[in-house]
Amino acid sequence: MKTIVSVIGKDAVGIISEVSAVCAECNANIVDITQSVLQDMFVMVMLTELKDDEGALASFSEKMKRLGTEKALDIRVMREDVFNSMHRI
Amino acid sequence: MLNLNDIVETINMISEENLDIRTITMGISLLDCADSDAEKACEKIYNKITRLAGNLVKVGEDIEREYGIPIINKRISVTPIAMVAAASGGNPVMFAKALQRAAEATGVNFIGGYSALVHKGFSAGDEALIRSIPEALSVTSNICSSVNIGSTKAGLNMDAVKLMGQIVRETAEITADRDCIGCAKLVVFCNAVEDNPFMAGAFHGVGEPDCVIHVGVSGPGVVQAALKKCPNGDLGQLAEIIKRTAFKITRMGQLVGTEASKRLGVPFGIVDLSLAPTPAIGDSVAHILEEMGLETCGTHGTTAALAMLNDAVKKGGVMASSYVGGLSGAFIPVSEDAGMIDAVKSGDLELSKLEAMTAVCSVGLDMIAIPGETPAEVISAIIADEAAIGMVNSKTTAVRVIPAIGKKAGEMLEFGGLLGSGPIMKVNLQKSPKKFIDRAGRIPAPMQSLKN
Repeated sequence: MKTIVSVIGKDAVGIISEVSAVCAECNANIVDITQSVLQDMFVMVMLTELKDDEGALASFSEKMKRLGTEKALDIRVMREDVFNSMHRI
Repeated sequence: MLNLNDIVETINMISEENLDIRTITMGISLLDCADSDAEKACEKIYNKITRLAGNLVKVGEDIEREYGIPIINKRISVTPIAMVAAASGGNPVMFAKALQRAAEATGVNFIGGYSALVHKGFSAGDEALIRSIPEALSVTSNICSSVNIGSTKAGLNMDAVKLMGQIVRETAEITADRDCIGCAKLVVFCNAVEDNPFMAGAFHGVGEPDCVIHVGVSGPGVVQAALKKCPNGDLGQLAEIIKRTAFKITRMGQLVGTEASKRLGVPFGIVDLSLAPTPAIGDSVAHILEEMGLETCGTHGTTAALAMLNDAVKKGGVMASSYVGGLSGAFIPVSEDAGMIDAVKSGDLELSKLEAMTAVCSVGLDMIAIPGETPAEVISAIIADEAAIGMVNSKTTAVRVIPAIGKKAGEMLEFGGLLGSGPIMKVNLQKSPKKFIDRAGRIPAPMQSLKN
């Protein structure tokens, strides 16, 4: 399944590397990545491909959430369908 | 790859602007649970609800986690209990208790459908159920009740209107030690809809499938935030922004509804396109009206602003969902909306203005605390006025007023949680409608042509 990992927060050194490390650990393939600074905030969005295994998404999103808390970043893992359905007809 | 701005917009809606799915409601028909033995019927009801909805809360939580969209409530609506209880007779309160046990077993926060449909008259079981409402709502905590007392096609059943004034009062009295909470779970409808997912008025209509999933979306905060970005646009532009925002909100509801229906193996019913406020700051319908340019909700112009808001929400939402239903519109429950509470406290929003507002938006006089001394016939008259608006305008209207026993206008009634806290509103207690209400009988159905 495809998931969007979004990272929003204050810019700092090594954010991408740490987020990618969690992806690798969870066997999530990074399909696309884009980042920008919007309204003084660092914003990064990754499109990742995750195995459809039971619990894979739950553990992936739990690990990302923990990383977010550690680094004071808002990190969310959401299925891609949410954005597709909201922004595409 | 999706547009970065789109992704950030969605995340902002959820994290900053209180976008959520207000409720996933499973409608369950209990017609096949009727039995000449009331205890057997209750057992069948408990078994059917727990069998079909056993997974509802878990599936809701899974979807919430995977999609990152908060789903606030998981609920159940059932066939109006008066129909089921009619087969056995006896005290209908035992059905309320069976529903309460089912609510606890499934983990849902409300089961709606302790209801009777009496828009033209009482059939077997209806009157007994209505008379049992105060007791049923006082001995249960997660059961909601509603009574339909009129419709455009049938007119108004004024016998039922008279009775409901007394029932609302009795419910307040019997739950007076708990801030009259019983009345917050009791709605009196005109033109009730069969597929409403929102409490307290949800019930599962007889024309519905055996089991079905409905979704109610929300998002007053998102609409307000979108309007904030257009401080100088004309009203046509504002309507366009509201439509676009409603479209996006509804798409979320459609996604969650279809996913839940797939996972539960139950057909998908409807998305209810409603702007349902909560007491949280930034989740208020009144604040949208103020963003549109009113100094405060309740001043002159409020009805026009609300009419436009309500219409634009529907226009935007209709295309976003394969099936739209329920109440679909802006809700204006006073105690659940921070902006409404402030407007009442400052004296800018009065009951008469609220009544006018209900002519152009969803539902009706909702979550309004009235003085504890308000007599039953005045409550009946409030119900009759509101029902007449619904009847003549072919729309759903409802009354959910809470007589605050022992309190006077200007004081506060605290419910807590989603139900919020309500300033007690002034009611005309000087002049009585008693004779009019005591006449009872029926108000005939209105003309549907020669409209003026």
